[in-house]
Amino acid sequence: MTGTEQVAAPEEPGAAPLKVESPIREAWRMFLRNGSAIAGLVLLIGVILVTFIGPQVYPVDPFEIVWAPLTPPGVDASIPFGTDYLGRDVLAGIIHGGRATLAVGASAAILTVLIGIVVGALAGFYGGFVDEILMRLTEFFQVLPPLLFAMVLVALFTPTLTTVAVAIGVVSWTQTARLTRAEFLKLKQLEYVTAARAIGSRNGRIIWRVILPNALPPLIVSATLIIGVAILFEAGLSFLGLSDPNVMSWGLMIGSSRSYIIDSWWAVTLPGAAIFITVLSVSLIGDGLNDALNPKLRER
Amino acid sequence: MSEPVLEVDNLSVTFRTRNGLAQVLDHVSFSLGQGETLGIVGESGCGKSMTALSIMGLVPTPPGRIAGGAVRLRGEDLLSAGERRMRSIRGNEISMIFQEPMTSLNPVFTVGEQIAETVRLHEGLSQRDALARAVETLKAVGIPAPEKRVSEYPHQLSGGMRQRVMIAMALACNPSVLIADEPTTALDVTVQAQIFDLLRELQDRTNAAIVLITHDMGAIAETADKVVVMYAGRIIESGTVGEILADPRHPYTQGLIACVPHFLANPPVERPPLVEIPGLVPPLSDLGTGCAFAPRCRHVMPRCRGERPPLMAAEPGHEAACWLLDEAVPA
Amino acid sequence: MSAAPETGSKQDFLRVEDLKVHFRLNRRLFAEQRLVHAVDGVSFSIRRGTTFGLVGESGSGKSTTAFAIMRLVKLTGGRIDLDGIDLGGLEGKALREMRRRFQIIFQDPYSSLNPRMRAGAIVREPMDLMAIGNPEERDGKVAEIFRRVGLRPEQQALFPHQFSGGQRQRIGVARALSTEPDLIVCDEPVSALDVAIQAQILNLLRNLQRELGLTYLFISHDLGVVQYVCDEVAVMYLGRIVEQGDRISLFGKPLHPYTWALLSAVPSTDPALHSKGRRIRLVGDPPSPIDPPAGCRFVARCPFAVERCHAESPRLRTIHPGHSVACHLVDDDGNAPHHRLD
Repeated sequence: MTGTEQVAAPEEPGAAPLKVESPIREAWRMFLRNGSAIAGLVLLIGVILVTFIGPQVYPVDPFEIVWAPLTPPGVDASIPFGTDYLGRDVLAGIIHGGRATLAVGASAAILTVLIGIVVGALAGFYGGFVDEILMRLTEFFQVLPPLLFAMVLVALFTPTLTTVAVAIGVVSWTQTARLTRAEFLKLKQLEYVTAARAIGSRNGRIIWRVILPNALPPLIVSATLIIGVAILFEAGLSFLGLSDPNVMSWGLMIGSSRSYIIDSWWAVTLPGAAIFITVLSVSLIGDGLNDALNPKLRER
Repeated sequence: MSEPVLEVDNLSVTFRTRNGLAQVLDHVSFSLGQGETLGIVGESGCGKSMTALSIMGLVPTPPGRIAGGAVRLRGEDLLSAGERRMRSIRGNEISMIFQEPMTSLNPVFTVGEQIAETVRLHEGLSQRDALARAVETLKAVGIPAPEKRVSEYPHQLSGGMRQRVMIAMALACNPSVLIADEPTTALDVTVQAQIFDLLRELQDRTNAAIVLITHDMGAIAETADKVVVMYAGRIIESGTVGEILADPRHPYTQGLIACVPHFLANPPVERPPLVEIPGLVPPLSDLGTGCAFAPRCRHVMPRCRGERPPLMAAEPGHEAACWLLDEAVPA
Repeated sequence: MSAAPETGSKQDFLRVEDLKVHFRLNRRLFAEQRLVHAVDGVSFSIRRGTTFGLVGESGSGKSTTAFAIMRLVKLTGGRIDLDGIDLGGLEGKALREMRRRFQIIFQDPYSSLNPRMRAGAIVREPMDLMAIGNPEERDGKVAEIFRRVGLRPEQQALFPHQFSGGQRQRIGVARALSTEPDLIVCDEPVSALDVAIQAQILNLLRNLQRELGLTYLFISHDLGVVQYVCDEVAVMYLGRIVEQGDRISLFGKPLHPYTWALLSAVPSTDPALHSKGRRIRLVGDPPSPIDPPAGCRFVARCPFAVERCHAESPRLRTIHPGHSVACHLVDDDGNAPHHRLD
């Protein structure tokens, strides 16, 4: 066969502008266009600043009795948020207690996501027998009442921050596992996964390096929301008296003042507001990420 | 041919996009009479499907906007008709079949219920009569054992069967215009041939006008009477099937016909390289003042870049929007 | 595409013998077990530097055959020889190393590229995995391949979504080329592309074959494309080859009633195909490969079927050199039942 045509020319004649934008940067740009997500981010940065720099600026020991018990806010400039039933400074509690709450929330969320991703990825990728076993296990954890189960775990071991974080992680990974599995089931059928096999990639590489990065967007979103859930969970456990009594946290504040809620609304409401603001900011960020990472919502 | 059934007259549609206003349809005009089949060909994004949506009154507004022109069904302007009137026209006087029969059927209702729904909506039949009509239509589109199939769900049917059901739904109210948007793309060749046979046969019986949207020149050759070729929202050539296939005048049409290896009864031993159309369809928001095809055209002249060619007659009934025609036939 | 150079070797480069791929449906406990005979005894061979086409309807097993040769599905039986090496018998490391010699181009340029990898990394990955050359050599190689497939080397830094469909398919071709394979399986390589772009990819494949001496196994449902691209064609029906021949005699004088029906169903602009005599319509859908019929697989849809067709499965036999058919009704002189109708 004869032919003298040149080797196929590039489709676009002339140099098209080379605009290199990684998917992550593109998502970030989308995120920045979302007003409420930015508000959430600003709020969260504020919360983090207050809890991590605040103790230096406001070095009052939250366990120290500084004033008469049950003093409402505004009585004295040195105790702007008033005192609780023991005469401890509520503002000091909020500033110092944030660290424990955030730490437990974040580490519980990380643990949740890690367990969930490993279980979900293996179940979704291998399917069949592996899937059956792992999904029955997931169902087992799913039908346990989470708060009760976490209470049992904490009660069995010493109630430290670590125990609380682990307990929360152990009871809340099931949702992430199901989400990961669903993503894997969908993605493993795509041709680029077959292409990875055709060039001789091993299963481990395909699971962690090929499929997982593509499954991440919904997982990141759910992980963000899980931080909020974990913070609430920690507050719940503390409220029930099942957290480390020697470490101040927002939940502990609410829990210990619960009997005095009629006499000192501020000692319960103000830490509650701190939790509310934190969870709200994380949820707004999660929503923003969802929009930014979901290509279907992006205009072309 | 008497009075045209469907007339599209200088229809223009714009879409607001991030990159500015896109002219998705630009003065599109054609008409077709009873029993006629019009083929619309072009690459994706050329405005084929938007034309269909405009006729159905289904252009999403915003971001879309009908910027001008008219769509007339037996003389009645559909663009100025109210939503209520359009609802009574859609699925009744004008119906549409889509490319993907699986996603166009509702998976939670039986095939019969879905056909009956259309009939009840438009003709006010009772549930019982409507179901009887559903069985009748299923039979008309060649579905074996229609009494049994009528109570099955879409997932129980094969792709070809589903497309038949779609056609049955579209035909249940004896429409005068049927729009088929890539009706066989997802189907096997043998099933595809069955569907085209069915459409032809039904057309003979009901005398409906058919608008066939496709990229398959073979399908056009075998089913259509008239063809319009679209590029970047404009009609760049129109004529009878015979004229367009045998003597395409616009370089784009020539490219579209030459770039596909056509199936031949006796393939030649020599296989010369295929003719390529270089480049891509330009973004509709940035078409400039000249011919939209100029950047990809092998016969481009200076005039093409500055001035947009109107549709010019190549011979009676055969028009092309290309300055080459102007050169060939000096005024 | 272009035939093997006359001076070159005419030996069979890929030889497939009695290939079988059966799947089990419902791999769950207590569920009814059903066997899908996706590929059921397929044999063919491809000469080096030529293009072999597999055609058939959905469920015919053409894609499964391709995937079996790529060792992407489990073989139930049979033998695959690539250049004298028993592909079917390789496992683990040996198979991974052998993979550099056979690669695949996928149908969908949108789902076949990992959206999180840059174009350059996608093309480079096979070389990294198979440790071909040193890292600097690979950089140069990637740039060269980009140029070869008609992309600009600086486009390596872009992500797949920044390319058009045709360009994405070029990246897919580049990935397949990066390990310098001998055999490339093209699984519907232009079906998902716009008509105007198909020619660009087909011409590219054709030029690459001529320059690099590639052997193609070409899967497509578009018979116009197959007729143009392939040197030899096999028609599959329900997991078996029913007819096989060089392009001229298979398309010019189909012997099997199924091939004849399939070809006559193709919408064509060729007036020679519009004559009513050539028209035949198969009724019904392609049957399912679950529990296929005994005897000839095509018997249920064949307009000429006789009793023998129900009872006895026809073997693929050569009618004249380079053209074989599996049909009881075709005699040894190549007279087929439908020839009387033409």
